[in-house]
Amino acid sequence: MKWKGMRKNRAGKGKKAGEIFLRAILAAAAFMALYPVFFLLAGSLMGNDELLRDLGPVIVGEGGQAAFPLLPSYPTLRHYVEILLDTPEFFVMFWNSVKITAGVLIGQLLVGTMAAWGFAKYDFPGKKALFLLYLVLMLMPFQVLMLSDYLALDKMGLTDSLWGIILPGAFSTFPVFLMYRFFREIPDSLIESAKLDGATDWQLFWHIALPMGSSGIIAAMVLGFLEYWGLIEQPLTFLKEKSLLPLSVFLPDITAADQAGAAFAASVLAFVPAILVFLGGQDYLEQGIMAGAVKE
Amino acid sequence: MAGKRMTRKGARGFFWILPSFLGVLAFYLAPYADVVRRSFFGAVNGQFAGLENYRTVFGNPAFLLAVKNTLRFTLVCIPLLVAAALACAVLLFRSKYGGVIKSAFLMPMALPAVSVALMWRMLFHPNGLLNQWLSHLGVAGCDWMNTKYAFWVLVASYVWKNLGYDIVLWMAGLSGISESIYEAARVDGAGEWQCFVKITLPNLKPSFYTITVLSFLNSFKVFREAYLVAGDYPNESIYMMQHLFNNWFREFSFDKMAAAAVSESVVLLALILLLQKAWDGAGEEEKKLARKSRKTGGSGGRLGVKRRGKK
Repeated sequence: MKWKGMRKNRAGKGKKAGEIFLRAILAAAAFMALYPVFFLLAGSLMGNDELLRDLGPVIVGEGGQAAFPLLPSYPTLRHYVEILLDTPEFFVMFWNSVKITAGVLIGQLLVGTMAAWGFAKYDFPGKKALFLLYLVLMLMPFQVLMLSDYLALDKMGLTDSLWGIILPGAFSTFPVFLMYRFFREIPDSLIESAKLDGATDWQLFWHIALPMGSSGIIAAMVLGFLEYWGLIEQPLTFLKEKSLLPLSVFLPDITAADQAGAAFAASVLAFVPAILVFLGGQDYLEQGIMAGAVKE
Repeated sequence: MAGKRMTRKGARGFFWILPSFLGVLAFYLAPYADVVRRSFFGAVNGQFAGLENYRTVFGNPAFLLAVKNTLRFTLVCIPLLVAAALACAVLLFRSKYGGVIKSAFLMPMALPAVSVALMWRMLFHPNGLLNQWLSHLGVAGCDWMNTKYAFWVLVASYVWKNLGYDIVLWMAGLSGISESIYEAARVDGAGEWQCFVKITLPNLKPSFYTITVLSFLNSFKVFREAYLVAGDYPNESIYMMQHLFNNWFREFSFDKMAAAAVSESVVLLALILLLQKAWDGAGEEEKKLARKSRKTGGSGGRLGVKRRGKK
């Protein structure tokens, strides 16, 4: 590995002290990056009394200052029980999030992989211009496309429907671009020899593109999951009906003293699926991030 | 367009793209064309209005405020984020525990904005945790979200959320630099700092363009935290373009929205095309570098770069 060689070249105590100092700063920064996770977990496990004592000034606005320990003194799962058993709205929202995320990802899997394969390994007139168009669309923020999105959904009668969130997401051009980068890496010689053996276009796609580009496909799915699980702008704009809202826009009222614990538990439950995907797919996530930037 | 000559031999590739393209056409391109048309027509009477909508938008104080804030936010955040991520990446790249620490930095990416917002409200409330910590240090706090400090809270939130993303990008760039260049420099007596300035920085130039642009485009998503913490009408220092679009949408001011969307997309398109050019330029540079490192026996492969520190 490269760094081993670099470290061998290093000597002297002054440098070592500096190294330790820098490491300490990095570790502190990493702790800050992780702090919210600890904070929410701790809060969700605290009883109402403890929460009120520590966060009372924020929650009910009484005098004094909030204080917050890193660990609850009397951990309890009451808030989780409350959310999971006594809050039907939570389930509706959770389920809506699942439907949106699953719908978008399945759509991207169906049309996105095919388009990426077409861009990566075929030549046809106008390909360059079309690809540039996909690139431009991928880079436009939601606000620019918001009105056009709405006009399209309105015409198709899809406002106030989960399909109005799912369909535009399924045709998002970002995963196409991402998977394209991975399909490009598949050697042409392999495709040529498969063709010589009489493979059809479809067989090439099924037996070469999908298995060999699988890390790209997974990378796109991981990034897509994190994006659509936390989606805010689209549901906020296009869904008026309360029963359709996903978990990502669910913000319980924490100023009511007896709700604070439930709010913590709900936000932990909202990030559990995302953290699981993150931990399971981190290698792919990183490859996906890199594919967005590194020119072949 | 590609469709015209589809029947010719070699055009089969387009069929792979067709399903995706039809969706893009229906949900993005055709309605966008309608938006461009609408930007030249009055919303109420439907009459041709020329540049009237654009004039209204550019004379609108809320629009100017949102543009100013968005620009200010970008100019503060991007250099800060890009530099901080580079510093972390260089340190992590050599560290044994780089992989673990990098995971910690990436974690905020996975946290949904609602969870973050709850934390933010506890932290930046006038009686909240931040002020309490500050009072231990003997510093007077303030009402963070309702004063001009809201802007800096948002800056911190953006850097916190995107640091890991940029670190990964920088580390990908770093792993493309051949170790033999460093070794040669060290034999010639170059120090750490000299190596960094003379070798690392110039070699990272291609990554720099793309990281900047991707960071810029991610900066629009900071609206999520801003909205969840402060609602539709936050402190005016964090009134962003997305707030404005949302408010116009609620008032059905589609003419203004259309003109603003077209203006913004033109500006962004120019930026994206610049990126494209930089990308191509960087590609050339990289090829040169790759040739160089092949000569000296370095490794060139990039996409297959695996996480370091985890073996």
